[in-house]
Amino acid sequence: MIQIEHLSKTYDGASKHHALIDVDLTIEDGDIFGIIGESGAGKSTLVRCINLLERPTSGRIVIDGEDVTGYSGKQLLELRSSIGMIFQNFSLFQQRTVLKNVTFPLELVHEKREHREKRAYELLELVGLTEKAKSYPSQLSGGQQQRVAIARALANNPRVMLCDEATSALDTRTTISILKLLKDINEELGVTMVVITHSLAVAEKICNKIAVIDKGRIVETGETAAVFSNPQSAVTRELLGSDYLPGDFDGSAGTSASGTDARGRSASTILADAIDAASNPFVNAGRPEVHASTSEGKPAGRRVK
Amino acid sequence: MEWLQGFFADYGVMLAQETWNTILMMLVPTAVAYLVGIPIGVLLLVSAPGGLRPHRVLNAVLGWIVNIGRSIPFVIFIVVLIPATRIVMGTSLGVAGAIFPLAVAAIPFVARMVEQSLAEVDSGLIEAAQSFGANIWQIVMKVYLKESVPSLLRGAAISLITLLGYSAIAGMIGAGGLGDVAVRYGYQRYEVEVMIAAVLICIVLVQIIQSIMNVVVRRVDKRSR
Repeated sequence: MIQIEHLSKTYDGASKHHALIDVDLTIEDGDIFGIIGESGAGKSTLVRCINLLERPTSGRIVIDGEDVTGYSGKQLLELRSSIGMIFQNFSLFQQRTVLKNVTFPLELVHEKREHREKRAYELLELVGLTEKAKSYPSQLSGGQQQRVAIARALANNPRVMLCDEATSALDTRTTISILKLLKDINEELGVTMVVITHSLAVAEKICNKIAVIDKGRIVETGETAAVFSNPQSAVTRELLGSDYLPGDFDGSAGTSASGTDARGRSASTILADAIDAASNPFVNAGRPEVHASTSEGKPAGRRVK
Repeated sequence: MEWLQGFFADYGVMLAQETWNTILMMLVPTAVAYLVGIPIGVLLLVSAPGGLRPHRVLNAVLGWIVNIGRSIPFVIFIVVLIPATRIVMGTSLGVAGAIFPLAVAAIPFVARMVEQSLAEVDSGLIEAAQSFGANIWQIVMKVYLKESVPSLLRGAAISLITLLGYSAIAGMIGAGGLGDVAVRYGYQRYEVEVMIAAVLICIVLVQIIQSIMNVVVRRVDKRSR
């Protein structure tokens, strides 16, 4: 179990940048825990605090009851060995074969050669890439590379796997197959997963719990289904309605999609009302279906959900 | 044709000997410079402000020494090092007497090239290695040095060819080699054909080095397959 308590991270510079502000999260064993937010919200910083690639400015990270926040030296290396990580751009070692990429974590802990290779072949079979063992990353597709990265991350039997935008560089079909692989690994091997993404579709697909992060703060957490069907926070609602571009082109409507207006209407309600009004040509400029109105002047187009 | 045969009869042996001297003055100092320069380059990178183990004092001092080494004109270098050369090589004359100052002068140059090659390694790979629990030694040996091999090889070609130029300077003060030939025969004796021959051989040497290196790098670099 991972407990993140009052975690803050500030970067000193010309002006202080508060990347994380008082973050509290609990990730239970076996969770596929999603952390969703826009670019720059702090999700990558947050996940990097878990394996201390970033040092928190204040707060604690407690993993299985141990406060690891201050770890350094050998303790830190051992901790990191027990946490796997995959990245958006795969970060495979280009001058090593696929097999040697997977054996890398095992080399670090001085496993014997035969055992390393045996384990690597097992993992490659798990991800379905045994026949590519002697290939080099430059010869693989994006999806295949991410599979190698996943096999590599599992080499030391980690209890936790951190996935930093793991599918953001992949096309839809490949994304689905990678997500399926991650879910299978979670179910069959019991690996807890922390999934960073800016895509709600990804979170909805595999995460059982999610946290929404905005400008360094957690604005909402809970079971995925609950958050999606009944979002409490304005930011979440904006993310959910994100295939709708907020604001009018002529700037006349004072309310953007973020949050509720003074009358307590949510974004989707406002939009529906606006379509009903259908008086301002700019509001409806991008929606041809609205112009296909019936002779009674009521818009015939579909409503945004 | 007859003239050519005569030319080779007169100067062939001498040119062959000096070509060999030049090759020695390129290969040996470069090899030594890499032996010493790689660790220095690694230290420079690791101790840099954004590096694996920043160390301001070490980085500053090492950087200074390297910069000074690169700033001193080579011809002065040779003269200043004469006492040391005599101790290390037993003489300050000829090819042997040139190899020592050439190696010492090449070290800072190579160190910077190595530092550059290492710095070009994708930082995502370094981060990945750290995330698996690699210590600094492991990151240097298994990631930095391994991933930068193609770049290091290209740097070696540049270093070899740079040393060709330096060896000519050494030649001007008695070390021998093709540079010495070109100056002695061409400049001092006005025997221009000899000078041209020496220069042509230099051109061929450079072409060979660069071509071999291109082939080797293409074979070794697993990114382009």
